[in-house]
Parts: sequence; structure tokens; C-alpha cells
Amino acid sequence: MSLKEKLVSSFMAFEDTVDVHSSVHDIRTEAIKTFEAEGFPSKRQEDWKYTSLNSILKHDYSVFPKNENALEFKDIKKYFIHEIDSYKIIFIDGKYSSHLSQTTHDGLDVCLMSAALTKPKYKVIIDNYFNKIAKKDGLSSLNTAFSMEGAYINIPKNKVVEKPIQIIHFSTGNEAAVMLQPRNLIVVNENSHVQIIERHQSLTDNPVLTNSVTEIFANKRAIVDYYKIQNDRQSASLIDNTFINQKQESLAKVHTFSFGGKLIRNNLEFYQNGERIDSTMKGITIIGDKQHVDHNTLVHHIEPNCESHQDYKGIFDDSSTGVFNGKVVVEKLAQKTNAFQANNNILISDKASINTKPQLEIFADDVKCSHGCTIGQLDESAMFYLRSRGIPEKEARALLMFAFSNNVLDSVKIPEIKNRITKIIANKLGVNIGFDL
Amino acid sequence: MLKINNLHASIEDKAILKGINLEVKAGEVHAIMGPNGSGKSTLASVIAGKEEYEVTEGNILLEGEDIEELAAEERAHKGVFLSFQYPIEIPGVSVTNFIKTAINETRKAKGLEDMPAKDMLKMIREKSELLEIDRKFLSRSLNQGFSGGEKKRNEIFQMAMLEPKLAILDETDSGLDIDALRIVANGVNKLKSKDNAVIVITHYQRLLDYIVPDFVHVLHNGKIVKSGGKELAHELEAKGYDWIKEEVNA
Repeated sequence: MSLKEKLVSSFMAFEDTVDVHSSVHDIRTEAIKTFEAEGFPSKRQEDWKYTSLNSILKHDYSVFPKNENALEFKDIKKYFIHEIDSYKIIFIDGKYSSHLSQTTHDGLDVCLMSAALTKPKYKVIIDNYFNKIAKKDGLSSLNTAFSMEGAYINIPKNKVVEKPIQIIHFSTGNEAAVMLQPRNLIVVNENSHVQIIERHQSLTDNPVLTNSVTEIFANKRAIVDYYKIQNDRQSASLIDNTFINQKQESLAKVHTFSFGGKLIRNNLEFYQNGERIDSTMKGITIIGDKQHVDHNTLVHHIEPNCESHQDYKGIFDDSSTGVFNGKVVVEKLAQKTNAFQANNNILISDKASINTKPQLEIFADDVKCSHGCTIGQLDESAMFYLRSRGIPEKEARALLMFAFSNNVLDSVKIPEIKNRITKIIANKLGVNIGFDL
Repeated sequence: MLKINNLHASIEDKAILKGINLEVKAGEVHAIMGPNGSGKSTLASVIAGKEEYEVTEGNILLEGEDIEELAAEERAHKGVFLSFQYPIEIPGVSVTNFIKTAINETRKAKGLEDMPAKDMLKMIREKSELLEIDRKFLSRSLNQGFSGGEKKRNEIFQMAMLEPKLAILDETDSGLDIDALRIVANGVNKLKSKDNAVIVITHYQRLLDYIVPDFVHVLHNGKIVKSGGKELAHELEAKGYDWIKEEVNA
């Protein structure tokens, strides 16, 4: 039985565990039909031309983890940004861990999707927002069909949430192979500000496939800062589908740091439904071995006077492969749009490759749109310069690579995240030097 | 300190150095002059260990040790310093972070602990004052957007921080106005001691008014064709290089 067949046939068993009379269930039923019709994407589809899921779909994934597994904080502390006080929504093998989490209902909701999907008091929000901007393609529909657990965050008006929120999914590897479908809903109301850190971490080398969907609503003048730390084991793969709907004068920023995992696909889509909106997406990708990271972004400029900024840096070693596909759509109404896109890459090895493809679809005539992509190698004269000062080859290389990706970190507002990313990069590059700049 | 014997070097099979012999003792300042394309910068790069050049014959001894097989960083750890003619711009690496990394990597190679932050700061302060470098300058990206004079001062600042045994200044005077030239030369002179040596590579005699050499060598077509005292530099300034070429060809 293929994974697709297994998933479709599991849906009935899943229905036994949920309230089939809720409106959400109609959405789920519709979604499983879409998944059944579309299935997993193949390389024949334009958007998936350079990313094949075949190698990760062949495992016999367990689609409902059977066991309740526990973890001790001390054993997994290093995966948290533990230097700061934060809210935490923690899952172990797809199940909520109250032991590791720190949620709240005190003036804001930082809690569980499963609660939001079942309790009456959340019904209005769910009806208004749930599955409203998630794409109706095969992968997102698959997630929607099995949507049950994940983070639910609702920030009321005029609230600056001081503590960042960490959403971490751990996989224990207690089962041979696990597929997870986390579903997050984040609603940030007028004038509010929230910072979110998301991470997926498996703890053994048993295969894990995560197909995650996150819907974010940044309402009028809201500020959303979202950090994705992707530094998983090479047995883990991640398909991250993130959809952001922005209202006027809102600001949404997503930083994606991709260092680990076997295969990562980031589908990141911004929809600008209002004027004077700013959408920013930045990423650093540093991979090696046979790792594969694919950034597929979309910014949909719908109304006038908005901006978008994209800046992705990639460093590829060994036989790793990268994809950047950045689509910017500027509707006819969206005059005075400023849209910038940059994708710069360094190939360290002859076997590494990157496919980069900017896609601009502009229907308005008074706009500023720029895009640029570069693919290069490390500058040998710079290498000699550093080495002539006593900096060994490996460290010199690392310093240049860090310098290359450094400006992406400028916009990271939480110093502890910046430090952590810096350390992960040093570790990834196998050096022990401070990049403190 | 440095002994170069019959050094031949080439790049992409093109011979540039064709039998250089040179001995530099501790406490000495040597000037290497010569027309464009004579091999001056190549000599500097070969001593510092640039990999594009292939040594085809001869050897380079640093304190008696053949350094040919050593990587650039290993030569640096042994006290070789090259002030670049065209310092490289490295966006994203600050001057301070760069020099800290260089010092601590050199210490690591010698089995020493990192320099304590306090000592590092003190040293940076002292040496930047010596080169009249503004503190703000130190947090800027290495050489990025620096003027010609700033780049060269930054090179000598690095030299001051790294305290090399053998400093090679490759066309350090090019692109410097007279004030910057004085600052740079003053810095070099203050760093000079009986235990270290300096090789000044220059096209013009100007710098040698400030950094006075003990010996002057003329490089032509990959060979040292004439050596003398500091007066040779004046002679070259007055007469140009043509007479040397004629002498050689005669």
C-alpha cells in the first residue's frame, strides 16, 4: 500500500477520534477528497520541478503515533532558546506535552489547536480563520484532513506580547517511522505584536516526515516576527507550509534558518490585503552531504503602497542541492508597490547545485520591483588574505561564509536567537570561532 | 632571519622569478625596487605562501627552516606578515573581529589560550592610537569602503597587532597622501626592533625617506640585478630604471 493509500484509508479511523458533526469536520472531509484527487506533488508540476519527494515517501510511516512518550527537559534543553523567558507549546510525537509547555489564557491565548478545534468558546475564531488562507493543494489538504494538534495563538488588540512563544515538535523515534501533521493557527489583532520561534527536532535516526501547515493572520497594524530554526537530523524531512494574511499597515517578518534535515521544502506565502503593508522574508541555508532545501515563496501584492523584501543566502557543500523559487505577483490595483528580492548562493563543492528562479508577474504600471540572484564560489584572494594573517583554511572559509550570510541576521530582533544561530553556523562549519561582530 | 636561495617561481607555467638570492638578518630593513612587472609582488606573495605560485627551484629559509611546504597561515604563525598592495574588502567581518580571530588562531597554533578580552582591548587601543585610527573605524567591515590611505593604515595596524618577525610591505606607499605616508612610516619605524626585519617593496623612493633601508635591491625580470645601500634608491629616483636595464642587457 502506498503512503497515499494508507493515509486515505486511515481517515476513517481518524474520524472515530473526532467530533464528526462540527463544521471543522466538513472542512476535513473536503480536504481528504482533495488529497485523494491530487496526492503528493510530483516533479512534473512546475513548482516541484527540482524537488522530488520520492525518497522520503517510501518509508512505512506510522500516521498516528501509538504511544504517549515523555521527555525530560534537561535532555532536550539545548533545543530551546532557554536563555529567555518564553511561552512554550511543546509536542512529543505529535502529542501535546503539558509537562514541557508553558501556555496562557491570561489576556491572550497561547494554547493548543486541539482545544481550539473542539471547545465552543473558540468557535467564532475557528469559523473566521481556520483554513481560510491555507492553500487547497494536495499537501496542505492532507494536513487539513488530519488537522488536530498544533499551536493556537490568539492575541487580542493592542497587546505587545513581551515573551516570545516557542513551538517545538520533538520526535522520540520510539516508532520506526512517523509522519506528523502539525497545524498552527495564529491570529494577531490590531496593534499587537508577537514573536514566535518554531522548531522541529527528532531525537533518533528513525525517519520522520513532518507536513506542517501554519496560518497567520496579521490584522491592522499588527507586527509578527516569526523565526524558523531548521536544524534537524538527516533522517528527518520537513514540508513547511506557511500562509500569512496581512491587513493594512501590518508588518510580517519570517526568518528561516535551514541547516539540517534530509529534505526541507518551505512553502511561504504572503497575501497583502490592505495598504502600506510590509512583508519580509529572509533565510540562511547552509547544507552539505546530500541534503536538499527548497524555498518556494510567494508575495501577492493586492493593494497599493505596499512593500516586500526577500533576502535568501545559501551555501551548499558536498552533493547538497538547493532551490529558490520566488514568485512576486503585483495586481493591477497594487500601484506604488516596492518589491525587492535577492537570492545569493555559494557553491563550495563541484557536486553541489542550486536552482534559483525569480518569477515576477506584474500587472500594475507604477511599481518598483527588483530581483537578483547570484551563484559563486568563495573568493580565493580573500581566502589568502585571511590565511596570511594566521587564520587557518577551515576557519577562514567559515569566516567568509558567515560574513556572506551575516546581513540576514541584522533583522533578527532577539539577541539570544542571533547567538544561537551564530553558534549553529559555527558548529555546522566545524569551527570554534566567535563571529561576534 | 630570511634566506632565499636561487628562487624560481612561476604561475600557470609562466616563469616570474628566475633565481632570487636574498638574505635578510634580524634588525635590518631591505628595500626591493624595480620597474613594473619585474616580479616584486610575486616575490612578496611567494614568501607569504600564496598557493597559485609554484616554486620550481630553490628554497626559502625562515630562521633556517625551509617554509616551502607550509601553508600561508603556518607561515604567519611563524612570524611572516605581508602588507597587501591591494587589501581585500570583506563585507560582514569587522576589523576588530578579524584581528581578534587572527591573533587567537595564531595563539592556538602555538598552544596558547585565547588572549583575555581585556588585554586584547588594551592592545587594540594602543596600536590604533599608534596608527591614528579612529575607534569607530574598527567596527566597520574590513576594508569595505575604506579609502586607499585607510586600507594601508589598517594593514600596518594589523602588523602592529600581530607583531611579526618578518614584515613585507608590498607597495604600502601607493595611494597614500603625504600625511598618511608619514603615519604609516612612523608606525613601521616604531615597530622596528633588533629582533625583527622589514622588507619594503616599492616602485618609488618616496617611502624610503621615511623608512630608511639598510640595503636596496633592484629586481628586474625576475632577478636581483643590483644591490647597494640607501643611496641606490636616490640614484634610481634620479635616473629611472632604464640604465639598470641597459646595464643588465649589456
